[in-house]
Amino acid sequence: MLNHERQPLTSKRVQLMATCLCDAFHDDVAVATVQVLEYLGCTIDFPQAQTCCGQPAFNGGDWPASRKVVRHTVKTFTGSDPVVLPSGSCAGMLFHGAPLEFEKEPDLGAVEALGRRTWEIGDFIVNGLGVKAWPGRFDATVAFHRSCHTRGSNSGDAARTLLRSIAGLKLVEFGEGEQCCGFGGTFSVSFPNISAAMGNLKIENVLAAKPDILVSGDMSCLMHLGGLAEKEGIPMKTLHLAQVLRDALRADGLL
Amino acid sequence: MRFQPIDQAAARLNPETRAAVYNGTKTGHEKRTRVLFDHYAEPNRLRELAGGIKQHVIENLDTYLPAVEAKLQSNGAKVHWAATADAACNAVLRIMRARGATKIVKSKTMVSEEIELEGFLEKHGVESLETDLGEFIVQIDHDHPSHIVKPIIHKNRRDIAASFEKNGLGAFDDNPETITRRARQFLRHKYMEADVGLTGANFVVAESGRIVLVTNEGNSRFCLAATRCHIVLVGIEKILPRDRDLALLLNLLGRSGTAQQITVYTEFISGPKAPTQPDGPEEMHVIFVDNGRTDVLATECRDILRCIRCGACLNVCPVYRQAGGHAYRSVYPGPVGAVLSPLLLGKNFPQKADLPKASSLCGACQEVCPVNIPIPDLLLRLRDRAKREHVPSPGTPPMGAWALLASQPAIWKAALFGGRLMNYLPTTLLPIPALRAWEKARTLPRWRGGEFRKWMKNRNRPRD
Ligand code: SF4
Repeated sequence: MLNHERQPLTSKRVQLMATCLCDAFHDDVAVATVQVLEYLGCTIDFPQAQTCCGQPAFNGGDWPASRKVVRHTVKTFTGSDPVVLPSGSCAGMLFHGAPLEFEKEPDLGAVEALGRRTWEIGDFIVNGLGVKAWPGRFDATVAFHRSCHTRGSNSGDAARTLLRSIAGLKLVEFGEGEQCCGFGGTFSVSFPNISAAMGNLKIENVLAAKPDILVSGDMSCLMHLGGLAEKEGIPMKTLHLAQVLRDALRADGLL
Repeated sequence: MRFQPIDQAAARLNPETRAAVYNGTKTGHEKRTRVLFDHYAEPNRLRELAGGIKQHVIENLDTYLPAVEAKLQSNGAKVHWAATADAACNAVLRIMRARGATKIVKSKTMVSEEIELEGFLEKHGVESLETDLGEFIVQIDHDHPSHIVKPIIHKNRRDIAASFEKNGLGAFDDNPETITRRARQFLRHKYMEADVGLTGANFVVAESGRIVLVTNEGNSRFCLAATRCHIVLVGIEKILPRDRDLALLLNLLGRSGTAQQITVYTEFISGPKAPTQPDGPEEMHVIFVDNGRTDVLATECRDILRCIRCGACLNVCPVYRQAGGHAYRSVYPGPVGAVLSPLLLGKNFPQKADLPKASSLCGACQEVCPVNIPIPDLLLRLRDRAKREHVPSPGTPPMGAWALLASQPAIWKAALFGGRLMNYLPTTLLPIPALRAWEKARTLPRWRGGEFRKWMKNRNRPRD
């Protein structure tokens, strides 16, 4: 995967890709991402033309449609600054999925170049900026769901490193942690029974560990799990990693 | 509305069967992980190494196949090539006829399931008997295996005891020891009556012509000890270059498949009985089966031919755990089957083009695969192929309108602010029917399209 071929950072200028889910539903996650990056001294450029990473059609099997969106994304995120996303899944799409569907396309090079400078936020903080401990305080017991599209990347370890380092935060493990939440993009609507069964099993495992909050680096998983829990009337608080980092800073007056 | 066939099958699966599959796979996976990580500092490096060896083999089959043929022949075995399932069945029958044999005892082989050997032999008056306990139970139940390593993972003890009773193998008793003892007693004299023993092969070593077989029940040894003729049915992709590659592959296979350091029996068979040996089959035939494999080799999904049939990807797969093996309508279920089964159909691929859709693309399969097959990528390639071949895909939202929208920033932004994006976004955000499918089990968060962009813009303005 291209995320293993990254160059060390030379400046703290970053481009933010908010992702379509945060653009449409979870604005506070994008806000928290900006606040956290700025706290770390980054200057943020938010290209207004951005839309989506192209993953829905890629996973759905409509590669021509997906390539159209990826091409738009490549055009939107020009230059050489790192592109940071509050999503392991969308980041993975840019450094792994897109190169796969562009294998035989003339503009593969441009797609790969974007992939090489794409980072998931946790990975960027820990392995890009070299921040291994997070200041501030967050008084809660937290369960962390490693989203599936961060398998084979450094994101899962990075998030755990940061969470563990926060004062007041207790990280608990839960059963079947390697299992998928059942979202899977179009899978959630074309396989609704299996998707919901997987999600409910995840919720059961998470709640058995008695966390105050379920945290993940991907809003797609949390939207699915949170939606399932809410439908069933099960109280389960969810937060994105960036929100936890931001709230920790706030609690100590650092923001 | 219509959903995907595997989703429907999962919804229909009875809760007891699902519980049996779930418990079996979960335990299997957890033990496998513990054993691998307890025994090795970097099991993932081993998986990559093993994957490299098998990839090398499948990319050089044109040289390995003749080499292995020559070696087997010099060891005294006869080699047969079967391009199709039919040819493979006929090769077995020809060998039987030439010996005037009518009874065959079988050790577990997936290839024999693939070519539907049992039914074929029965039609031609040959009695074939499964000697692996799981396969034996499948046989007396007229069922199908639902897992490539644990064929009866979908049955519990009570199911098995009931079918023993029905088949005249003693009064109902679901004690596993009783079940095993009864099967043994029944099978014991069958071995003596049979003329031919049929096995698969986990590996065939090119360097030495060794056939390597792993089992836990010792039934394959009985198949060879009691009969005069040994037939090996093996896919052309099962070759390893050197004997020393076995050290790596056997260690990974036992741990990945059944969480064992090494299986109870590992047989190395280098040919028929030598004149100096007291017993063993005096005749040995190795039937190499293609049956669509060279077609797979010609595709970009050839990596799937590395598979050593350990079953680890089935055990970890959340979809397999919910749906069970029969939902895949194939000899090879689970993640490996979702790739391999449609591919083996060649141009009839559309018949099983729904299997690669049955995945959230979570990648757990690749993470456990002892030969590191990039299964999610292969599933994606097959989805692309299905779309190009215009295979309908029930429940999958159309993407054309979304792609148009997502490549037109001005309209995208307008839609975000106007909230009308709901009507164009795929997956969660699409109108009926996808939205309905979403909301059947989940709530949808409040639409806040454009809020973040507004925040970004306002914060850059000086405050008054
Ligand atoms: S694909 Fe890999 S994990 Fe699955 S059965 Fe084959 S070797 Fe085992």
